[in-house]
Formats: sequence, C-alpha cells, structure tokens
Amino acid sequence: MFFLSSGLFLGWSLGANDAANVFGTAVGTRMLKFRTAAALAGLCVILGAVLGGSGPSETLGALGGVNAIAGSFSVALAAAVTVTFMTRMKLAVSTSQAIIGAIVGWNLFSGYETDYSVLSRIVSAWVLCPILAALFAIGIYGLVRLLVYRSKIHLFTLDACTRAGLIIVGMLGSYSLGANNIANVMGVFATASPLGDVVIFGNWTFTGTQQLFLLGGIAISVGIYTYSHRVMETVGKELFRLSPVTAFVIVLSHSMVLYIFASEGLRDLLTGLGLPGIPLVPVSSSQAVVGAILGIALVNGARNINWKMLGGIASGWVTTPLIAGGISYILLFFVQNVFDLNVFY
Amino acid sequence: MPKLLKISSMLKAQVDEFLDLVSEGGILFGRALHSYLQGEHETFNERLKSVTEHERKADELRMEIERELYLKTLIPENRGDVLAILENTDDVIDTVKETLTKFSVERPEIDSGLNNQFTELTELSMQSIEWLVRAIRAFFKDFGAVNDHIHKVAFYEHEADVAAVKLKRKIFESDLSLSRKTHLRYFAENVEAISDCAEAVADRLAIYTIKRQI
Repeated sequence: MFFLSSGLFLGWSLGANDAANVFGTAVGTRMLKFRTAAALAGLCVILGAVLGGSGPSETLGALGGVNAIAGSFSVALAAAVTVTFMTRMKLAVSTSQAIIGAIVGWNLFSGYETDYSVLSRIVSAWVLCPILAALFAIGIYGLVRLLVYRSKIHLFTLDACTRAGLIIVGMLGSYSLGANNIANVMGVFATASPLGDVVIFGNWTFTGTQQLFLLGGIAISVGIYTYSHRVMETVGKELFRLSPVTAFVIVLSHSMVLYIFASEGLRDLLTGLGLPGIPLVPVSSSQAVVGAILGIALVNGARNINWKMLGGIASGWVTTPLIAGGISYILLFFVQNVFDLNVFY
Repeated sequence: MPKLLKISSMLKAQVDEFLDLVSEGGILFGRALHSYLQGEHETFNERLKSVTEHERKADELRMEIERELYLKTLIPENRGDVLAILENTDDVIDTVKETLTKFSVERPEIDSGLNNQFTELTELSMQSIEWLVRAIRAFFKDFGAVNDHIHKVAFYEHEADVAAVKLKRKIFESDLSLSRKTHLRYFAENVEAISDCAEAVADRLAIYTIKRQI
C-alpha cells in the first residue's frame, strides 16, 4: 500500500484541481452548493474510473509497462513532483503529460524500448484535445444560442434549465474525468499491482485493475471534498467570468472530449464502421476547457484571447514530459541504488 | 428540476403582474388627467386612489420578487440587473402617483385653451411607459425585441420633450398672471418628467440587454 501512496497523492491533486473544470462555474456562481457538487463529482468520478478507465490505462501500458511496484511508485512520484513544481512556477502543466514523460523516463532507465507509434498517438491526442474541444464548443454554442433566441425562453425558465443542465453535464464531465484521467493516477500500477481478481455476487468479477481504479477514484474524490472548494470559487468567479449558459457549453464540450478519448465502446463502434479508431489516451482536462473557451471566443470575434497562455500550453506539451522524464530517471536511480529496490524486472 | 420550474413559474407570474400594474398605472394616469382637464374631480380622485393602490401593490410585489430571487439564489448572473430594472420601473409608477397627487393637492387652474397640449403631453408620457413595459417584458421573454421597444421609448420621450416645450411656450405667451404661468409650467414639467423617467430606465435596460447576451 505504501507504494501506491504516490499514485493516491496524484489522484488527490487531480481531484483538488480538475473537479473545478467540471463544477467550478456552477459552484462559483452559486447555482449549485459545493456539497452537492462534490458528492455528485466524487460518485461519478469513481464510477467513471471503475467502469470506463481501462482504455487509456492500456495505452499507457503499451507505452511502458512498468513492471515493478517500486518503479511504479517512482514514476507516479516523478509525475506528482513535476506537477507540483510546474504549478509553483506558474507554468501550464498537465498530469497526463507529466505521467507520459515519467513513463518514458522509466523506459530509458530500464532499457525497455519506447513504442514511438504509441507515443505519437498520445502526443497527437494532446494536440487534438483542445482543438476538438474548441470545435465542439463552437457547434454546441451555436446550437444553444439558436435554441435560446428562437424559442423565446423566459429568463427564469432558462435559469432552471441551465441549473439542471449544469448538474447533468457536471456528472457526465466527472464520469469522463474519472474514465480518462484514472490512467494518470493508477495506470502505472496496473502491471505491477499486487491486487488479484475478486468474484462478487457469484458471477461478477471485480478485477485487480478495477480495485486499483476504485482506490484511485476514491483518492480523486477525497481531493474534491478536501481541497477543490477554493479552486472552484476561483474558477467560477475570478479566472473566467462565464455566463451559466456558456459554462454549460464549455463543460459539455470538455466532457465529450474526455469521453471520446476514454470510451472503448465508441472506439469499437468507429472501427466497426471502418473509420479510424480514436486513441484512448489520458488527456488534459484543463486544456480541454481552455480549448472550449477559445472556441467560444473565436465565435465572438476572437477578442481578448490570451495568446501567451496558449503558447504556454503548447510549450507544455514538450517541457512537461521532458521535466517529468528527467525527474523520473533520477528518482528511479535513487530508489534503486539508495533503497536497494527493484524498479524494473 | 420540477421544484425549480415551479419557482420560476411563480416568479414569472409575479413579474408579469408587476409589469401589468405599471402598465395599468400609466393608462390610469392618462384617464385621471383627462378627468381633471374635463373638470370631473370626483372621477379624478377615484383614478388617483386606483393609481395609489397600484403603486402600493407594485411595491409589495417588487419586494416579494427580490426576496425570492435572493433566497432561492436564482439567475445569479442577472439578479442584480433584474432587481435594478424592477426598482427603476417602480420609480416610474411612483412618479405617476406623485404627479397626480400634486394635481390633487395644488389644483392648478388649467385654461381650456391648453387642454389639447396637456392631453398630447400626457398621451406621449403614457406611451413611453407602455413601450418601457413592453421592452422589459421582452428582456425576460423575447430578447431580440428589446432594442426595438427601447427605441420606441426614446422616440416618445423626445416627442414629449417637444410637446412640453410647445405647451410651455403657449403658457408664457398667454395673458395669464406670472404666478399661474409658473404654476402651469411646473405641472407641464411634472407630466414630462414621467417620460424622462421611462427613458432613464430604458437606457439602463439597454446595457442589461447587452450583458444578458449569451
């Protein structure tokens, strides 16, 4: 269990920061009470992690199957240190990018070959994530605007519908966050996990990976309960002042993007239709939100776009994995030689 | 969700009732002044009483709506604007009541030759109230039509300005004593002030409309 602590810390940090992307505006604008938002987000994150988290996790496994628990601990810790360090330096950072960098660091340290086709699929997903979010936001925003203006909906009815909509897309967003980002938290422990399959109710198998994801989901939920309130207030009130309807569009776009990059069912459906399958990759929740906001800004005439921030995000695609890879390499060396633990087999 | 929709339906009805009261207040103002100009003082006093009752009900409704909006934390983004709209609109019906009360207390002697001008000014002020009410209703339900209605308010306010100047000119060109001229001018300005008040609310409404855009 001690070795899982770095992953659980990563999960806690993810819950504390990324739940704000989903319920931040609803809580910040007092449309939803924090306790309700936290309860819904926590439950849906756990459901998403346990029921839909295997796809992105398999992709991480294909990139580098960290096969020793001390190695998994070091890789997750390297990602956590990178995220903490870069956040303190006020640099754009994503847990997804940090964990990928840390895994590549493990590959380099252990001598396992990095599958560059998997790596290129992952990197292309990072770039695609904000672009897709922007495209979804443009489409949904146009549709919602048309619907609101044409239907001549009363301000009070719109308010009631938006509240309900924010709760529904918040739940969908939390499910998608759990399904997509659980790989960041627990993916590196999947191969080396000591947890075995358990049969429940006679015929339902609760796999070791699902148990691992349940623990990760709980860690994310604890992060949401203990630390996300202030982040939600900041996101809802200070960072970007959005109208509740716009917030609905952004959260929905974000949720759809995260779901697309996590859903095995959708991938199978597309490949079944002869279309190219979407890579199941953990992507950045925050970058999906930024992409969606950018999409809406473009529709409204591209005024007040912070190009510097966008540049920071793009540079983060390179710097975050590099820093995480470096820290991972050093940590693995340290754990192997100081504590005399196997970090790979 | 059903609870929320129930609350929003109740508030919708209250806002509609509030706007009905303001609109009726405007119409009653016209009817009351008509009675005054015809020398029907008893009917005038009944109309004044009715306007006073409308003003009191509008006040109560406004406070009830405000309380509900804050207690149920509804429309967080537009709440301040909606409250400001209701308060400013309440000022319009207050002005109507005050003007009629002044007529009742000071009993200005209006020369029959000025009746047409006073009636025209009253009619224009009434129209500015009516279009303001339509603009506010549109703010809630038919967002795209707000600016058209606001334009009408501005139009009637301008026409009221012109009519007031004409009336005042006619007052001062007459053979009345200076004290009566001053007194009548004061009343012309009071009737004109109602359209100014409506326009001030419409100006604010224009800003709130920009803010309400999605």
